Amino acid sequence: MRCCRVVGPMWAAVKHPAFEGRPLFVVQPLDDRGADVGASFVAVDTVQAGVGDKVLVLTEGTGARQILKMGDIVPIRSIIVGIVDAMETSP
Amino acid sequence: MYLGIVKGTVVAERKAAGLEGTKLLLVQPVDEHGTPVGDLQAAVDRVQAGEGDLVYLVGSREAALALGEHPRAGGGGAPAGSARGAEAASPRGIAPWFVPVDAAIVGIVDGVDAPKQAPTSAKGNSR
Repeated sequence: MRCCRVVGPMWAAVKHPAFEGRPLFVVQPLDDRGADVGASFVAVDTVQAGVGDKVLVLTEGTGARQILKMGDIVPIRSIIVGIVDAMETSP
Repeated sequence: MYLGIVKGTVVAERKAAGLEGTKLLLVQPVDEHGTPVGDLQAAVDRVQAGEGDLVYLVGSREAALALGEHPRAGGGGAPAGSARGAEAASPRGIAPWFVPVDAAIVGIVDGVDAPKQAPTSAKGNSR
């Protein structure tokens, strides 16, 4: 899982049926100090996250399928599974 | 999943079993501002995307799932990518047919609501 910042929502009218009715967000991975690191990616939201929230993103398909409970043939790989309240790291 | 811009098509006459009849597109992965990230790649198209379209893709094993059940595995025609298709596959005890792909276009993006931002540090790969 990765700690990310929610960059913003995304819309797509034409999409695979598995994404029907599922909110999509662009998320940006963060490092231990909360700075952007690496490339942003797309994730399905399951926790009603908002723009700017720090979130926990699962980026593994099998886990995502188990949480979404949509069967075994679902092309969803990254989902937002938590909203981070605080992150502490030793200096 | 990640964003990309369709740059062109790939034509391949001889393909691995399972790839017959699939449409292959060249896609440049991009960030939310449309800035290229990483290298150009070939991806299977599931949504009839066209050149220049901003799309989102799913990578790795889930790309094969985007193509759904292969007809040869007993799905009978159109790929059953939906949850309904998945449920239908299980009772019959048919294992999904895994098509050898690692990138599939699964949606055409109409808009991304992302605030303008100064370019940040080097972009890596995190799909």
